[in-house]
Amino acid sequence: MTTDNFTQSQWYAIGRLPDFDGVAQKPVRLLSRDLTVSHEAGDLSVKDAEGHSLLTQVRYGHLWTSLSDRPRPLYDMPEFDEPGRRLVTAGGVGVRCSGLRCVENFLDMAHFPFVHTDILGVEEHSSVESYDVNMDAEQDEIWATKCKFFQPMASAAASGGQMTEYKYRVPHPYSTILYKTCPIQEDVWDLVGLFIQPVEEDECIVHSFILVFDDENTDTGLLHFQQNIFLQDRMILENQVPRKLPLDPRWELPTRADASSIAYRRWLKANELQWGVALFNEAA
Amino acid sequence: MKLFDYVLSGNCYKIRLLLDFLELSHEKQAVDFFPGREHKSDAFLQINPLGQIPVLEDDGAYIRDAQAILVYLASRYDPTGTWWPINDPSELGRVAQWLAFADSITSTASAARLHDVLGYDLDVAQARAGAHKLFRVLDDHLANQELQGFNWIAGSNPTVADIACFPYVALAGDGGIELFYYPAIQRWIRRFVKLPRFKLMPGINIFD
Repeated sequence: MTTDNFTQSQWYAIGRLPDFDGVAQKPVRLLSRDLTVSHEAGDLSVKDAEGHSLLTQVRYGHLWTSLSDRPRPLYDMPEFDEPGRRLVTAGGVGVRCSGLRCVENFLDMAHFPFVHTDILGVEEHSSVESYDVNMDAEQDEIWATKCKFFQPMASAAASGGQMTEYKYRVPHPYSTILYKTCPIQEDVWDLVGLFIQPVEEDECIVHSFILVFDDENTDTGLLHFQQNIFLQDRMILENQVPRKLPLDPRWELPTRADASSIAYRRWLKANELQWGVALFNEAA
Repeated sequence: MKLFDYVLSGNCYKIRLLLDFLELSHEKQAVDFFPGREHKSDAFLQINPLGQIPVLEDDGAYIRDAQAILVYLASRYDPTGTWWPINDPSELGRVAQWLAFADSITSTASAARLHDVLGYDLDVAQARAGAHKLFRVLDDHLANQELQGFNWIAGSNPTVADIACFPYVALAGDGGIELFYYPAIQRWIRRFVKLPRFKLMPGINIFD
């Protein structure tokens, strides 16, 4: 399938900056296309297989590119400029499913007690309280707010169980950011997010980051916490059938806890996204 | 005692398992294996010139190589003498034989996992085919052991051979290697995860 306009017009993270250190050329794959990143005299550039130069930018610790000449602007995260925060980029992890599936799984709090047992959830506290989901029409993005969940170890800095408050943001079909109560500082949010590089319709590389206030853990300690959580998700993601995202309502029955997932799917449909979506008759 | 540890490493997991099984107090030093490649840094090469994890520091000495660390810990700290059965030469021979086999699992099943999960550039088809050959041998062996009333690789109780083989077999799915055709391996995994003080690592499918 050729990429739809919504998918084609986005910026995509294709690696952390240090990933290109000491490499003159590095092949990357994005939206079923082979690209080459070149590193010359400190400058990074990206070309497609025909040798055309693509737009690039460096932001949020990553190199971004787009297959479009006039991409939609990359969403803002002003928290990256706040002093005192620590950024840990966790590196790209390959997952055999549509990147859209990864976003949807990230939004789903109901899996915490069963997939991230004793870290992000416990089985005795498995109910998901209702929360608000809103479309920000001006920015064209989704916000799920007032999400509350009991977490035994909400982050590497947590010293015990706490009721964690969450906000989820989906500003891009292949990006999602979680804003969660900071365990050591009041009135601020810690950020955890995914920048997904769609490789094929049913295969992706997930670049994740954490941007937190934490004066206790080492960067490597934060990295291990994040990677351990994501590998728990990876196994679940790889066992989902079909590997592409089923958008047809005949497929999976939504529940209240899936409100953000419903909003995400509706938003993808409204934007006429087709690449990475499973067709009902092809999976049966 | 200190373990230089990477949370996603199956070889480090071997050591974490035995430390827990033997209830040995220890500290862990997190190594940024990926994406930082800290194990290839000058500072880490001072600790292990091979640039590999895990490394155990005990009594001021560094021990490298997962299998060697297992042998060291079991010989020194297992009062029951069952994990490394020093008093039974024929069982000990079998354990040592399967420790070498575990290294072959690392060079095949673990390589496929590094390719699929962390994007390592290597021949993944060859790695998977190599893993399947080894898993066929292990599955046949475990089935034979069961016929003789033995639940574990070297006999009637678990040894460091089981610990050495377990992680990259149980994590094979991460590297696109299906365990569907290995029923004796699946039963062995189910027994392994029921061992007292066992801790699960992400990526392990328990088949229950």
